[in-house]
Order: sequence, then C-alpha cells, then structure tokens
Amino acid sequence: MGLLSDPNRRKALTNLLTRLNTPICMVCYLAAIVWFMGLAFEPFTLRTYMSENAMGSTMVEERFPSGERALSTAREFDGHKKKAGGMPVEWLVKTMQARGLEVFTQSFSRTLPFPDENKERYMVRGTNVYGILRAPRAPRTEALVISAPCSPGNSNNQAVGLLLGLAHYFRNQVYWAKDIIFLVNEHDLIGMQAWLEGYHHTNITGIEYSPLQGRAGSIQAALSLELSSDVITSLDLILEGLNGQLPNLDLANLFYAFCQKLGVLCTIQGKLQRNDWDSAEGYTHAAQTMMLMVLKQASGHSWGDHGLFLRYHIEAASIRGINSFRHYKTDATTIGRLLEGMIRKLNNLLERLHQSYFFYLLPSLSRFVSIGYYMPAFGLLAVILLLRALDLWVNLGTPALAEDGVSEVEQASSLGVLSVLTPVVISHLTGVALYLCPVQMQEMAVEHFPVSETEAVVLTAIAIYTAGLALPHNTQRLLSGDGTELGWRVLKLTALLYLAVLLGCTALINFSLGFILAITLVPIAACVTPYMSKAWGVLAMVLLSPCFTILYSVFIYQELIEAPVTITEGWMLYLSVISQGVLDHDLYGSLVYPLLALFIYPCWLMFWNVLFWK
Amino acid sequence: MAANRVGLFLVFILFLFSFLVQPSSGDTLESTADNTEKEHSVSGALREVKAGGDDLNERQWQSTDVGMDEGDVTKDNEFFRPATAKDQFQEELVIRPLHSGDIYASFQFRTLWDTDFLQEGKKVSHYRLFPKSLGQVLSKFSVQELHISFTQGFWRTMQWGQPFIPSPPGAELWVWFHHTVSDVDGNWKELTNVLSGIFCASLNFIDSTNTVQPSASFKPLGVGNASDHRFLRYATLPREIVCTENLTPWKKLLPCGSKAGLAVLMKSEKLFHSSFHSQSVHIRPVCQDVQCTNTAWELRQNLNVVFDLYTSGQGKKEWSLFKMFSRTLTEACPLASSSKVYVDITDNPEGEMFDLSPATPLLSQAVVLGDRRTYSVYDLTKAETFGQTRSLNLLLRWKEDSGDMLRPLLHAERYVAGFGLQTGEIHTVIYNNHPYRAFPVLLLDSVPWYLRMYIHTLKVTSKFRDNKPSYTHYQPSKDRQRPHLLEMLIQLPPHSMTEVTVQFERALLKWTEYTPDPNHGFYVGSSVISALVPSMVAMDTNFTQQQPLFSSFFPVKEESSYFMRVYTEPLLVNLPTPDFSMPYNVICLTCTVVAVGYGSFYNLLTRTFQVDEPSPPLAKRLANIIRRIRGVPLLI
Repeated sequence: MGLLSDPNRRKALTNLLTRLNTPICMVCYLAAIVWFMGLAFEPFTLRTYMSENAMGSTMVEERFPSGERALSTAREFDGHKKKAGGMPVEWLVKTMQARGLEVFTQSFSRTLPFPDENKERYMVRGTNVYGILRAPRAPRTEALVISAPCSPGNSNNQAVGLLLGLAHYFRNQVYWAKDIIFLVNEHDLIGMQAWLEGYHHTNITGIEYSPLQGRAGSIQAALSLELSSDVITSLDLILEGLNGQLPNLDLANLFYAFCQKLGVLCTIQGKLQRNDWDSAEGYTHAAQTMMLMVLKQASGHSWGDHGLFLRYHIEAASIRGINSFRHYKTDATTIGRLLEGMIRKLNNLLERLHQSYFFYLLPSLSRFVSIGYYMPAFGLLAVILLLRALDLWVNLGTPALAEDGVSEVEQASSLGVLSVLTPVVISHLTGVALYLCPVQMQEMAVEHFPVSETEAVVLTAIAIYTAGLALPHNTQRLLSGDGTELGWRVLKLTALLYLAVLLGCTALINFSLGFILAITLVPIAACVTPYMSKAWGVLAMVLLSPCFTILYSVFIYQELIEAPVTITEGWMLYLSVISQGVLDHDLYGSLVYPLLALFIYPCWLMFWNVLFWK
Repeated sequence: MAANRVGLFLVFILFLFSFLVQPSSGDTLESTADNTEKEHSVSGALREVKAGGDDLNERQWQSTDVGMDEGDVTKDNEFFRPATAKDQFQEELVIRPLHSGDIYASFQFRTLWDTDFLQEGKKVSHYRLFPKSLGQVLSKFSVQELHISFTQGFWRTMQWGQPFIPSPPGAELWVWFHHTVSDVDGNWKELTNVLSGIFCASLNFIDSTNTVQPSASFKPLGVGNASDHRFLRYATLPREIVCTENLTPWKKLLPCGSKAGLAVLMKSEKLFHSSFHSQSVHIRPVCQDVQCTNTAWELRQNLNVVFDLYTSGQGKKEWSLFKMFSRTLTEACPLASSSKVYVDITDNPEGEMFDLSPATPLLSQAVVLGDRRTYSVYDLTKAETFGQTRSLNLLLRWKEDSGDMLRPLLHAERYVAGFGLQTGEIHTVIYNNHPYRAFPVLLLDSVPWYLRMYIHTLKVTSKFRDNKPSYTHYQPSKDRQRPHLLEMLIQLPPHSMTEVTVQFERALLKWTEYTPDPNHGFYVGSSVISALVPSMVAMDTNFTQQQPLFSSFFPVKEESSYFMRVYTEPLLVNLPTPDFSMPYNVICLTCTVVAVGYGSFYNLLTRTFQVDEPSPPLAKRLANIIRRIRGVPLLI
C-alpha cells in the first residue's frame, strides 16, 4: 500500500493499468474460460474421499433380504393407487401401522398462480403419509428421513414398495440411534414443501396445510428415492437443490462408496464414469458432466424431492433408478441393501454432516472440484469489471485537470448525479414491472388475447422485457438537455460496480449462476460506449442479454443430455422454462426469477442506456 | 452380599440376646458406651453363630424367639426385625402389558427407617437396611428431600399410557434442603458432586447455568411443609446417557443387592435391550404413625423398563420373565417384609387379550393414575407361588394385537420451529383430551441462556383464542450464569390443544464454550407439565356393577382427580458454529487482514499528502543565502 500512498508510483501504476487495460481484460476473459474448462481435466481435480470419521471407519453389514416382498408390496400399492385414483391414504396408513410405525397424515392444498402445463395441475390438493420408526432408548431429538413420491401413473411404485420393505426390516433391528421417518409425499415437490413447512412450522410460500401431529426432533439427513422398475441397470445421484444449494459432499461420497461396495453401476447427471481421462473423449465426457451440473445448479430449480430439504440445513440427495438396455441388472434387494447401508451409516453420525465440502462441482462421482479451484475462474471475470471501472474512474479524474475548466466540471458533475440517477431508477422500475406484472396481469391478458394463462404469463414477461429496450429514448426525453460526456461515464462506472457486486454475491451463493451470467454480461459491460456502431452494438447487447442466456442454456442443456431439439421445440421449451422459473419462485421460494428480474435485467438496461446515450 | 448381611444381622441380634439373658452382668449404659467391651461381646457372639451351625431356618427361629422375648415383632414374616433399628424393606414388580403390545416392567423397592438424620446433635452411624452412602450424604448436606432419575429413551405416552413414576430423558435431580441450611448453593454444588460419584454419572456438570428454583412445579412430596422455594434446586442434564455403569451403583443400594429377590432379574444386557429404561431414587421423610409425631425416612428405588415386542420377540408374541430378563424368580429377598409381583390384567378380564400362566387366585384392585386397575398378585414370600419347579416364570401369550394410538387425557409435545441459525421459535403443545372437563396445568420451562428468549413474543393459544395464564413466574437468564425459568399456570379448555410459543435468538458462543461436538447441537431440557387431571373413574358410567348405588352419586374426592406429571421431549438446537477445522487459517487470514488491509487503509485515510518542492540547485541556494543577508527578496 506504500505503492498507493506515493503519488508518483500511484500514477505510474494507474497509467500502466489504463494503457494496458484492454489487453489485460481480454487476457483475463480468455484465462477465465480456459481455467473453467480445465476444471474438468482429471489431473487438475481431486479424488473424493470420506471426511466424516463416523461414516468412514465404521463399516456396516447389509442384510436387507426382502426385495421380492418389497416388489409385491409395490404391486399392491399400485393396485390401491389406481383404485383410489391418487394417494391410497388408508391403505398406506394401515400398511405402515402393520409394520410397527407411528403413522400420521398431513393434508395440504395449494392453488398455483397459473396452471402448470408441464405437470397439468392448478388447484392441488393432496395428503402426505408418514410413519415414524422410533429408535429404542433415544429421546426423539434426531431423525433421518427416507421419502418416496407417490406419482401419478405407473412411476415410482417400486420406490414406495421398497420404502415399506425397508420400514419392515428396520423395525426389527435394534441399532437405531435416530428416529427414522418414512414419508410418502403426494404431488412431488408441492407435497414435500407442505410437509417440510409443517414439520418446521413455517409458512414462507403461502401453502395451506394441516399441522403435523408427530415429530422426531431435528432431521439430520434425508434420502429421496425414485424407482419405477423392478430391476435397474444403474442408480443416478441427484444433488442440485433449490437455489443451487448442494448437500455436503460426504453424502455423495457415501453413495459412491456403497455403489462400489455392492457393485452397482452409479451415475451422476445420468453419465457413467470413464477411465480414459487422457483421451479427448474422456475429457469431453467429464466436461459435459460438469457443464450439466453447472447448468442444473444455475437454474436454481430443485431437481429432485431432496432439494427442498437443503433450506432447512438438512443434507439430502435423491437416488433415481434407471433401467436402460444394458444386460447387467441390479435387483431390488441390492438397492435395498444399498439404502440400508447408507441409512445405517447416517445413523452412526454423531454430528451433522459438516466435515466435507458444501461448494463443489463434480466432473464425475469420484472426482470433485472444490470452491478454491473454481472460484478463480469467476474471479478473473470479476477483475475485468473492476479494471474497466478503474479505467473509467481514472479517466473521469484526469481530463478535468488537463482542460483546466474547473467550474465547468463542477457543473457537469452536479448535473451528472441526476442524469445517472434517472436511468438507474427507471431501469429498476422496469425490473419491478417485469417481476410483478406477468402473474398479476394474467387475467387481463387472457381476456384480451387468445392464449392460455401460462402462455399469458410468459408472453407478458417477454413483452415487458422487450418494452424495456425502448426505454433509453424516453429516459433521454425526461432529462432537460443532452446527456454529457461525463454523464455516460458516470453511469457506466455505476453500472460496472453494480454488476460486479451483483455477480460477486450471486457467485458466492450459486457459483454456476454467477459464472454463466458473468460469461455473457462481462463482455458487453466492458465494451459498451455510446460511440459504438449502433447496429453492431445493439446486436451484441441483445444477443448477450439475460433473456438470450436462458435460451442458449436451454439448447446447450438439451445437447448435453443427448436430446437435441429443433428450433421450434427449443422455443417451446424456452417458454416452459420461463414459466417454470416463475412457478418455482412462487411455490418454493426459488430466487433466480427475482434476481434476474429485479437486479440483473435492470443492470443490463443501464448498459443499454449507455449504448444509446446522446 | 445378601448372605453377608444376614450374618451381620444375626450377630447383632445375638448380641442383644446376650444382654437380655444376662441382665446382671453390669451396668447396661456403661457397657454400651464402652466400645472395647462391645466389640468383645460382638466377637463373642460371632463365635456363637459359627458354632450354631449352618441351618438358616434354625437361626431364624432362634432370632424370632428373641423377638418374642421382646414382644415387639408382630408379623410372622418379619423374622429379622430387631427392637432398636426399626426399618423395613419391601419390593415389588409390576408388569403391565401395554396397549401397543409392548411390556412395561416397573420395579419398586422401598426402605423405611424410623430415624431422623437431621435431628440436632444426633449422629446416625449405624445402618442396617438403609444404604449408608446415601444416609451420610443426607445428614451432611441437610437434605430434606432428594429425587434423582436417570432415563434413557422417551416415554411414549401415545402408545404406552402413563408411567407410574415419570421422568425426563437424561438425568434429573431435584432437592429440597432443610430450612436450617444457610448456604444452599454451596450445599447444592457439593451434593451434586458427591452424587456424581455415587451414581457414576455426570451430575457434576450441574452448575448455576442449568439450575433453577421453580416456585410452584415441584412441591415436597414428604412431610414437612416447606414451601419456600429458596431451599429447592432443580436441574436436568438432557444429554446424560444411562448405561450399566449407572445401574451397578444403583443396585448396590438395595439390601439384597442383585443376589436375591426381584433384583436378580436386573441383568444389564437385557435391561438395556429395551425401548425405554429409567431408574430413580427418591428419598423423603414420611410419617411413622397416624399421629405423625415422628418422621421416618423413606427410600424408594424405582426402575422402569419397556420391552419391545418387535425387536426381541422375533415375530412371536409371547413374553415370559425368562425372555425379558433371562432369569426366573426363585425366592424373595430374605430381608424383605413383602415381595410381590403384580400383573395388570385390567384389559383382560375374560382372557381375550392374552393368556397368563401360571394363574393365581390372588387379585388386587387399586386406583392408579385415576384408573381402576386389577392385578394378579404373586407373593414371593409364599412357597406355593413357585410351584413344583421351585421357580416362577410368568408367561404371557398375546392373542390379538392392537397398534392404535391411545388418547391420554393429558399429553404434550415440544419442537423447535423455523430454520436458519439466527432465530427460532419453541412450540409447546399441550393436549387436553378430556371430553368435558377443563383443568389447569403448571408448565415449567427451563431454557439455557444461549437461547435468548424473547419473552414479549410469549403466546398461549387454545382453540385459536388467546389464553391468558393465571400465574406467571419468569426469571430472565443471565449470560453464562443462569438459565431462563418460566412457570405458568394455564387453564386447558376441554378437548383442546393449547400451544405455547416463544421466539428466541441463538447466541454466538465464545470459542471455548463450544462442546467438543458443536455440530451435534445443544440440548434444551424437557419442559415439565404438572397437573391435577380429572380421573377416569369419574368418567366411568357403568360403575354400578362394582359399587352399591348409595356410594356412587357424588364423585369421591380422592378419585375425582389425580396428580400427574408429563415431560416433553428435549430439544436439540443448532447454534451458529464456526468452522473449527481451520483455526490456523482463520488466524492467518485475520492477522493478514488486520496488518495489511487495516494498517494501510488507516494510513491512506489519515495521512495528508503534499507535493514536496523539488530542492533548488546548489547555486540558487547559495544566492539566496547572500540575498537574505543583503535583505533583498529571495529567488524562487
């Protein structure tokens, strides 16, 4: 810092930074991308290891015998489900009671802000059934949760069957130290949200539910099971939760360890692990897996029923059985054993899972990238914003002295505050409109246009978004006189710092979202000036706007899961993704939609203003 | 152990006998005062016993003769009862087949001693049945009443109904000190440390941060109308784990140890293979006679176990003493004046629920916890109880199973609501399932200081309406010194759910105050609900079958309500916890930030910068010196 207190050397340093600003920024941007892509390269990553001693050294023996019985229970469940036309509450209560559990039910209802066309639901009404296996000689202070969704159609019957089978087997064991809650939730995430809010007696999303009667203390960990076939070829682990939260890495390690032990094929993002890291295919495979994780995490969507637990500081993961065309099959007994082993080890925990990482990316199940490795990629992008801001700051200070028009500068700066504040306020008002209007105005939209509610919401959002682009001209009209040279510089400086803070905060909570936004927003934030060629400038700004980022993400995601879509399909998918984002926010409190609408989009509009500065 | 004691008592009795048969051998007072002579005669008596042979029966008759000489002993089964030390010991085991199919076994041992530890100037030094270790503690610390319990597990009221003696998970200790004690806190501190040694438990962790003085919830259970709660101390350790190491010292307090009587059933490998385990010691003064001129000390030892049908039964719904305890009963404790086994057969009048064998003709009825119960009684002091096999192995065969939940009249639960590590809310839900009677309950909540309760958020609601407690006693906490204490008298409307909520903030502890496993969470003890509950007997509609009509119009007072205490589950609360795995990193980072960041920023902010003049060349300086001398303006 002696460097900064010495004016001469400070001047030298700032000169260097301003002179080399553009090259440094370009190098940083490229370095960030290279660094990020390098994260998937196996020699640069760490091998996963179990940090938690209570789960590592204490090996358990798995003895779950009754996979076949679980499957017959599943068929019975299927029959009763079809007969009841939904959740067979009475049958489940009776079955769980027969297995010696304390059984309770919870009914809930929720009216969605607009119909969910993906899952075809609007007024949701359902019942959760859960049974508590009380651990002997335990004071009801700790619990584990195993859940299985009761899904419509033929899916997830086996999950419920296995759940009941495990309940029966666990009831006869003596080693439990924590109560175990067996939960069958209806309407997947909505039921789960109702149950969790009921359990913790909170109400953050306005769902209506009946209070829970039985509780078992603080929940330490949860596993959600999805299984739709009698035999499976592999098990897929799903970690990404609401708002991009991830469970402790030890939970993934535990799953991997048991898959290895029992010889079950395990995947993450539906991708098997490959051993040929040194070949191009091997690297591409790892990179694709990691990219999928980044995209899923960035969406802020809960990719399984487990995702809602994470808010309550409960480590949770979903395990999904996949039945493909491979010859080697795993039967229900083995899956039961795998779950038994995992639950028993979680039962051995003395403390909450806290030893291992909470922030990580997984290029494969046995390799991980920790926060210390991936953060530099984002840091390099954030540095660009700061460097540009520094450059502007220096330029703002120096010309005033050179032109020796002291009075003029003072006048301009006082004008500048107003000329900067107006676009900032207007951009944010547009953001508020984008956040509120789509849901509030859907009825009006439906009245006037021949569209469904869902389409109305999405199209309103897009319309407001597009309308925002016309604002700079109106903003200018509001101001008396033309915008000065100083004005746009101050505005851009503000916007740069604002974006840096926004992205920085986002990346700390949800790295993937921060990184994806940074990759697209940083180039335009760095380059935009009123002197750019308008046509090219507009094209670049629009193509790199948050709206298009979502569109690219949709296409890339489809490409990565090996289900490429045509343009029209992609467009439909894009619309449904937007409606899903709005619904996620409304139903579960996901923060991605408000973040984009209230902060990122206004920030982008500020740069748009700079481009059209007169 | 038991044999030793028997021998000792014989010695003592024979010693007395020698006095009686030789009244002229000298002055009695002198000889009792003289220790050496006493020892001499004791050793003399010992020789006599050895010479007397091994036949126990003969000895018993002998001593009974002595008793007859004194004309003091009235009951024929109290062979050993001497003239001076009036103490007696009773043991019983109650087995209740529970509604859920589990089995509840409750041992009760009661030692009664007509003496007073606390009397001025009288030092009690001779102990017979009463354990000396406890007696000394009582007299040293002037304890009026002592109640201690160790519990592993949680009593499931919804499935099991009410226990005979309730207790919270972990350890609980409450003591009334004698009103002459001046330094109650000092005595309490020492007492907890001594008890910690006696029971091999972590009672020494009881200090001012978890001790409270309830004003209303814990009244003395014995005689002595002490009501000044300055002499009461109450503490719980919800984290205490109970195991064999606590059972062994507890068993040693019994006169027969675990050698004879009901205590032979207490094998730790079986007792701890259960759903619930609780052991307790209660000491209190009781009346010696109807006039209550003198008090006697009562020591009650209680052990409750619930055995699980599923895990141990292996599918077979069959129970026997041997299956439960891996022992059968063969004899009563020879020192016991009564020794009985009760089996609750109330729900089984026609034998439709279970089969009980061997059958017993003895039946007994009692009103227990407001409910009239019928028991089969097995008297272990009678030889015919053991039958031809000379052992009693009660066998119980379930015929049908019923896993429905019970609806106990009073029932409570507690949980922490909310998420995140900043604030939270404690909910205590109390159910009154009585169809038409409202009754008041006393709620006691003792919350550690590190949950900072916002008492202004305290809310009591019944049936969605505000329910104002008629009595509230609140003592705010002091950081690191004492916990919150909240006592409230709440009226529970009939057939209602009453919810008591209070918000709290989680304190950030100092780094040495965290436990070794901070991520496990911190325990908050159970809240205690004490109530006079309207009796089930009063709800009984077909009482005419058992009683004459004239006796049953007004509900009898004693039966119309009964005292009950309900403990809620303890809470496990997570506090904001630093990452202890990298203290070194944290120290380094903090030092760097302070040294580099703060130092230089402070420097930049406080220093004033000036552009210093370039120093003029030498020639110019010389010229200026000359000009100053000449008095002309200087060159710039």
